[in-house]
Amino acid sequence: MIFTLKIWRQKDAADKGGLVTYNVDDISPDSSFFEMLDQLNQHLIAQGVDPVSFDHDCREGICGTCSLYINGRPHGPLKGTTTCQLHMRSFRNGETIFVEPWRCGAFPVIKDLIVDRSAFDRIIQAGGYVSVNSGGIPDANTIPVPKSDSDASFDAAACIGCGACVASCPNASAMLFVSAKVSHLALLPQGRIEAARRVQNMVATMDSLGFGNCSNAYACEAECPKEISVTNIARMNREFLAAKLFAEKEKQISVSL
Amino acid sequence: MALAGLFLVVFLLVHLGINLLLLADDGGQSFSAAAAFMGTNPVIRLFEVVLFGGFLLHMAFGVLVTIRNRVSRPVRYQHKSQSETSPLSKYMIHSGIIVFIFLVLHFIDFYFVKIGLVAPPAGIDRHDFYHRSLLLFSDKGYASIYMIGFLFLGFHLNHAVQAAFQTIGMNHNKYIGTIKVVSILYAIIVAGGFMVIPVRFMLFR
Repeated sequence: MIFTLKIWRQKDAADKGGLVTYNVDDISPDSSFFEMLDQLNQHLIAQGVDPVSFDHDCREGICGTCSLYINGRPHGPLKGTTTCQLHMRSFRNGETIFVEPWRCGAFPVIKDLIVDRSAFDRIIQAGGYVSVNSGGIPDANTIPVPKSDSDASFDAAACIGCGACVASCPNASAMLFVSAKVSHLALLPQGRIEAARRVQNMVATMDSLGFGNCSNAYACEAECPKEISVTNIARMNREFLAAKLFAEKEKQISVSL
Repeated sequence: MALAGLFLVVFLLVHLGINLLLLADDGGQSFSAAAAFMGTNPVIRLFEVVLFGGFLLHMAFGVLVTIRNRVSRPVRYQHKSQSETSPLSKYMIHSGIIVFIFLVLHFIDFYFVKIGLVAPPAGIDRHDFYHRSLLLFSDKGYASIYMIGFLFLGFHLNHAVQAAFQTIGMNHNKYIGTIKVVSILYAIIVAGGFMVIPVRFMLFR
């Protein structure tokens, strides 16, 4: 197969950057999108040109490292998959393919197609965890969890933190990501204990990092490679409202030596 | 924004209910009685302030949120987004601005006349909303402007009602389907209901 690629090239964070056109041929329909880019990069290296930088790691859709905004859609045209699971057979022969980095003020471009997603790490650091060690695997039914809650929690926990929700959102909002993290812990007894503090801290951090707000366009749900549902956003909003209105006030203990 | 919006949603129903009295074939008696009640009842007078507050809050939040949302993506994509979205959700600020322009016009036509800021047309008392409406809608161009305003209000409401429920956390597979249907029906009934009045006066005077 042959393709015309229009790839965003940008030397570093300070560079203005722009689209550069490349032609690739002899691409197998069964090669993945990254294998196609690898092929392009081999050509570029042979010509002494700086190869295209892009993020990738596991190449099996579970790590959340890969990105790429392909023809106006994060992770390309295939639903419920990451870019590494996308194959060239999903494109027409001779098609022009636009490849751009995630666009969000909170995700600055580092080089070419690589963006800095550490904003997500900061949101997780604000509360996306359970503070006590959970120990070894408990015996079944020592902590009862309703099956429906455990299912919903697991569905939310499927979030790999790739940032496709932010990339697709008309407002570059991170609500789907944050709500998935809030939900997966809030639905389980171990996560319930810190739920009120967690949702407030994570939302405050999300807001401070410059992500946009949710206007319920639901592009995030349509593009999420793990098909996380926007019902999680409603759950986060409920948790947030309940925490603001009803959470017990934390006692401030001042220690003087 | 969602809470202020839901408050306005209730207001629109009351306003529509009173306006539909214009259709009663009684020479405007029932409509004028309702207008007089709204203009004199102390509870309603107090709520008018709350209503203005609701409008101002809703608009202020709308503008603020839109600015924040624009700023959050300083470098835009070269390729147009191909993501499936709820179609009207991306144009809320646009439909909102059109409704706002309509609201300004509406204030000049009625509210400012009532409070004496704008002089009423010759021969019509400034509290006589019935004859004021008849005169306005007898102008086809003017009636059309009103109907365009309501059409965009309908677009706005179609997304707004279901989105407001999502924002306040009410999204559950038990009732989200019902909310979506109610949202669409509400938008059609409100926009259609307000539009029926100028159509009636244009066609059967």
